[in-house]
Amino acid sequence: MRPETLLYPTPKGLFCEAGGFYIDPVHPVDKALITHGHADHARSGHGEVLATRETLEIMTIRYGADFCRQSQEAALGETMTIGDVTVSFHPAGHVLGSAQIAVSRAGTKIVVSGDYKRRRDPTCLPFEPVSCDVFITEATFGLPVFHHPPDADEVGKLLTSLRQFPERAHLVGAYALGKAQRVIMLLREAGYHEPIYIHGALVKLCDYYLSKGIALGELRPATVTAKEKPAFAGAVVIGPPSAFADKWARRFPDPIPIFASGWMLVRQRAKQRGVELPIIISDHCDWAELTDTIREIRPGQVWVTHGREEALVRWCELEGIKARPLHLVGYDDEGE
Amino acid sequence: MRDFAELLDRLVLTPSRNAKIRLLTDYFRTAPDPDRGYALSALAGTLTLSTVKPNVLRQLMLERMDPVLFQYSYDYVGDLAETISLVWEGTEPDEADVGDLSLGSIVEQLQSVGRANVRDLVRNLLDRLDGSSRFAFLKLITGSMRIGVSSRLVKQALGEMGTVDVGEIETLWHGLLPPYVELFAWLDGHSGRPELTMPAVFHSVMLATPVGDKDLENLDPADFVAEWKWDGIRVQLANLSGTRRLYSRSGDDISGAFPDILEAVDFEGVIDGELLVGGTLRSNQATRSFSDLQQRLNRKAVTRKTIEEYPAFLRGYDLLFDGPRDMRPEPFDVRREALAKLIATTPPLHFDLSPLVPFSSWEELDRLRTAPPDPVIEGIMLKRRDSPYTPGRMKGPWFKWKREPYNIDAVLMYAQRGHGKRSSYYSDFTFGVWTAGDKGDVLVPVGKAYFGFTDAELEVLDRYVRNNTVERFGPVRSVRAEPDQGFVVEVAFEGIAFSSRHKSGVAMRFPRISRLRTDKLPRDADRLETLVSMIDAGAPVTDDA
Ligand SMILES: [Zn+2]
Ligand SMILES: [Zn+2]
Repeated sequence: MRPETLLYPTPKGLFCEAGGFYIDPVHPVDKALITHGHADHARSGHGEVLATRETLEIMTIRYGADFCRQSQEAALGETMTIGDVTVSFHPAGHVLGSAQIAVSRAGTKIVVSGDYKRRRDPTCLPFEPVSCDVFITEATFGLPVFHHPPDADEVGKLLTSLRQFPERAHLVGAYALGKAQRVIMLLREAGYHEPIYIHGALVKLCDYYLSKGIALGELRPATVTAKEKPAFAGAVVIGPPSAFADKWARRFPDPIPIFASGWMLVRQRAKQRGVELPIIISDHCDWAELTDTIREIRPGQVWVTHGREEALVRWCELEGIKARPLHLVGYDDEGE
Repeated sequence: MRDFAELLDRLVLTPSRNAKIRLLTDYFRTAPDPDRGYALSALAGTLTLSTVKPNVLRQLMLERMDPVLFQYSYDYVGDLAETISLVWEGTEPDEADVGDLSLGSIVEQLQSVGRANVRDLVRNLLDRLDGSSRFAFLKLITGSMRIGVSSRLVKQALGEMGTVDVGEIETLWHGLLPPYVELFAWLDGHSGRPELTMPAVFHSVMLATPVGDKDLENLDPADFVAEWKWDGIRVQLANLSGTRRLYSRSGDDISGAFPDILEAVDFEGVIDGELLVGGTLRSNQATRSFSDLQQRLNRKAVTRKTIEEYPAFLRGYDLLFDGPRDMRPEPFDVRREALAKLIATTPPLHFDLSPLVPFSSWEELDRLRTAPPDPVIEGIMLKRRDSPYTPGRMKGPWFKWKREPYNIDAVLMYAQRGHGKRSSYYSDFTFGVWTAGDKGDVLVPVGKAYFGFTDAELEVLDRYVRNNTVERFGPVRSVRAEPDQGFVVEVAFEGIAFSSRHKSGVAMRFPRISRLRTDKLPRDADRLETLVSMIDAGAPVTDDA
């Protein structure tokens, strides 16, 4: 069958008519297949939800046990039949529990990769290439400017600054699901074994990662009273980026604003946000990972969604691969 | 290169002065020679490399990249050097093959490469450097090391590194050359203070602060001498061991434009004075105006006819070296006496001595100030009799007290196209002065002017705007305006008042650009406090209040 009829964009999200389900819908629907737990992909209020166990657990933590009417666990690599189509989930390497979703019918196979990355992440399973007719890729960093440097070098910058400014608190902005835990793991791998202080918004998810056997080391709540202020000299404090404008951030001793994000590659971005120490760590593919993945999978067609579609479509054309932008709305192009 | 690149990345994003100094001292302590010396010269603006044109870089990029993808990238990033540093895909680093990528080696390669091989060298280095180093490298070869670090701050870091006073660094500075190996050996404590090898070097000049409200109240007139402040340009003339140089106050060598003065030098030493045109006091002919002097400025060479029509001379203010003897530690009185003796022996058409103004009270001096005997006088200088000659602007030893209080030195910030016959020029200018911001000094706009300058000056201003645009907002361009890079103009105005409608909190009446101060650096421009003190001192109230 023609892939355009197997999956197509609607205002509620990507719809599979033959299976009667949506993938990562942005509005409540009867049946939703969810790639991963980030808020713009996993929303509450659906009827049935099919996702990996971790994604379901993360949704429970975020929205409460009644986030949907009925949930069903998808085991990685296992084929399921829904209506007239078969679906299977495969690791995406984006955050804990993240999966690509393959949808097939009558010899046509589409892989919805959700958000993904190719480099090593100690907090989740690596991306698994799945051959297909249509590969739907994100393009958050879909411009040739994005070449994310090695993670260890970036964490090294933070460690250097801790040595250089031992009297200052090092406030690291990192998204609560995935990025925060990855930064902690990278610090541990680099030999940093001091307690790491975390903002209240990170506690539940970090506890969850710990319960999954991910060794984040000693974490302490980052609550400061005037008396404890000096204790944060030279400490690493991790919080959601939104907390940095709050009074909370100003209680630390002469804090250095740090942000762990793929966007930090562009100096003007760092400057605009008042970031003094940008740490370029991304949970999305950079340009080379995107193009290498497309070359590796060699799908018949590429459909490009949230991010900078035009450059990646152009690159596919130059490579002789059929490509088109898939205009989906409601996803966060910037969150990372 | 890597550690230098990381230093630049940190400096750009670090607002605090002290943190910048810490980053700099840490780098200078750990980086080897000659890397740190070249880094120092890149930061302080003394590194001369033949620069590579943006167009060449663009061509190198397009040899290996689709123009459409490049355009998408450039549109997103906005800065050519940064775009190329990010999109360039280097060859896979083959450990054995990378070669020496130290800053020192790269600078030396760039300095020795022939014109014909520049492209190949740049391409080759871009291939071998990592992303952040590529950015630093491109900034070096495009000559746009704009990272919010003044050469003064760098020298302060050097002072801190070697626990020596920054004044000592300033004193040595113009006599040393990149890569400053002797300087660092001294700061590291491995050797003594470097000996200056080049004798006729520029020595940083001593500057005055404006007389502010109540500044004089507690000072004894007997401790000071007064002399006229002449309306020319401040210069330093050096003649030591057969090397003669004339420098502007910021250290630019302007010898080429003043062969008449250099030829007339028949003494050894270093004099601080005012460059003027016309007759000296010793020849009994009138000193001529600043606009006559301008006929001699900003030239690389000069014709005999111009010299005859606009003869230049130097009016001596101070003596830094008497022969080889360093006079700077001596009190002003002693230096002045030696200067007077020296000037008496010089050719009378090219040298004279700035006359002192006797006075016994501040009130008397104030009267003299407002009614000076010569139109080429713009005010009074006050110098403490016991003050040594110290580089920089310190409050206390020297004051300037201007005749016409309503003019300031300001920095061009924005320019807009004019109207009618001026529509092809950038002729409406917004200018600003310094004020303390959260993160160090910043320029705050204080007014707009669109006249006062001559057509020839407009050409100069327009060209500056076109070559130094930082950003465009519709018809308005913002121009480069940093402590060491920018354009200083003298602004004259009829009155000033507090105004809540302006961000600066002050409004001028009838401001006009009275003079281009190409001899000054933006860091020497006035501060907002000076404008406020003009209001406090009772400048005519504007109708904007
Ligand atoms: Zn995501
Ligand atoms: Zn996403």
